[in-house]
Amino acid sequence: MNMPATKIEVETATPAAAAAPVVALTPKRPPRAETYARMARETAVRVIPPLVVIALLTLVWELVCRRAGSALPPPSKVFADTKELIFDPFFDHGGIDKGLFWHLSASLQRVAFGYSLSAIAGIALGVLVGQSVWAMRGLDPLFQVLRTIPPLAWLPLSLAAFRDGQPSAIFVIFITSIWPIIINTAVGIRNIPQDYRNVAAVVQLNPLEFFAKIMIPAAAPYIFTGLRIGIGLSWLAIVAAEMLIGGVGIGFFIWDAWNSSHISEIILALFYVGIVGFVLDRLIAGLGKFVTRGTAQN
Amino acid sequence: MSAYLKLDHIDKVFTRGAATTEVLKDINLTIEKGEYVSIIGHSGCGKSTLLNIIAGLTGATTGGVLLENREVNSPGPDRAVVFQNHSLLPWLTVYENVRLGVDKVFARTKSRAERDAWVMHNLNLVQMAHARDKRPSEISGGMKQRVGIARALAMEPKVLLLDEPFGALDALTRAHLQDSVMALHQKLGNTILMITHDVDEAVLLSDRIVMMTNGPSARIGEVLEVPLARPRKRLELATNTTYLKCRQRVLEFLYERHRFVEAA
Repeated sequence: MNMPATKIEVETATPAAAAAPVVALTPKRPPRAETYARMARETAVRVIPPLVVIALLTLVWELVCRRAGSALPPPSKVFADTKELIFDPFFDHGGIDKGLFWHLSASLQRVAFGYSLSAIAGIALGVLVGQSVWAMRGLDPLFQVLRTIPPLAWLPLSLAAFRDGQPSAIFVIFITSIWPIIINTAVGIRNIPQDYRNVAAVVQLNPLEFFAKIMIPAAAPYIFTGLRIGIGLSWLAIVAAEMLIGGVGIGFFIWDAWNSSHISEIILALFYVGIVGFVLDRLIAGLGKFVTRGTAQN
Repeated sequence: MSAYLKLDHIDKVFTRGAATTEVLKDINLTIEKGEYVSIIGHSGCGKSTLLNIIAGLTGATTGGVLLENREVNSPGPDRAVVFQNHSLLPWLTVYENVRLGVDKVFARTKSRAERDAWVMHNLNLVQMAHARDKRPSEISGGMKQRVGIARALAMEPKVLLLDEPFGALDALTRAHLQDSVMALHQKLGNTILMITHDVDEAVLLSDRIVMMTNGPSARIGEVLEVPLARPRKRLELATNTTYLKCRQRVLEFLYERHRFVEAA
């Protein structure tokens, strides 16, 4: 049985080896060109449709707002009005007369501060609620009610408590973004398979080791879902909060532009707010992907 | 006679609200050092509950477990478990999964380098050293179970508890892994307690087979000695009369005297 089979292999192997040098040069080039072509095609498939849509929408906007007496400026006018702001985001004339970079960075700093606090407190509370039945029974109803309070409703209260705009804005970020972090972390902790707990028990991990080596990695996909929702909410909240507290920040920049009837500047600011929000979301998503690689599948 | 592992009048009652179910009733068993004992029974007879009690993962309602004459009632590395579904931590590599237990058990007694060598030694025992940097999702079911065995062995348990270790594997992989476990038992002389529902597996591997009656209130129905010399060879045993007799005996117990009653 074995012999004929090996013979066949030898026979086929020789001509293939002999033929190899002849074809070697030709097939090598097409694949490379092909991969480039495929990459270009894949990029095109993803990039062209949104570009077409954006171009069409801009065209419609231009046509609709071009007529005299229209309430909103057309894109061409927006660009003309805000050219200085676009090309010089770093100017600083003192007070709140600063480039958009400074406004955005002031907002981002508030978000970074408030969001970091809520990430730490949210994960800690989530672990508590996920781990202890009594903590869940006691705290969960409270969370469910508190999380429905709109971000801005907290602002007057926090202004009363802190008597200053800066900590109040940070508190609003904190209180807005903490709920999804708590709730998702708790779900993640509750869903840790009993098997992993058994392994930890047999190995005799102490609570701290269990937290670091089992709990956090096992719940990481859930935690990052919460963190991602949280960053989105905190960016939503900061713009609204800054409109009310004033000072440097993209939210107040928008409000200030409205008060001075600079509609073009509002539109430009909205564009930046959208882009920054998108980048923040991608950032947390990417971080989550990096941290939880390997955890997702079994 | 002082036994190595002694199960002393173990009862287990599950209580849910007002309803109580007696799962295990009056389980008595002694296991000698180096013995390979299998517990066999139909599904739902409480064999896994019994293993969990020995492992300390579940408490017995009454009675207790004595290991070297000391009562054990919480989990520990002296009774390492190989879980049915391998239970490797998916975010750790093969090496790290074994290392987790080793770092804990030998934190004081072995240096860093010694622990590293010990992990590799155990991976070598199960022929998995080549996959040390792979994650569980990148290796096959049989390989995962090998790593599970390495993790348990690396803790140098006094008793190795196997919870249907080959249940989730295909027949060929299972046979291969059974041979590996037999070879390990031969080489290291571990005391092993295995839960199984496979008659051939029980006869092939065990020195004694503990047959459990159907639940609720499962008891030990019969204990069968398997007087086959080691090392045992799967192919030679296929026609061995002692092997066939033992097999017959277990089959009779399971399918005649304690037939599994559907939806009972």
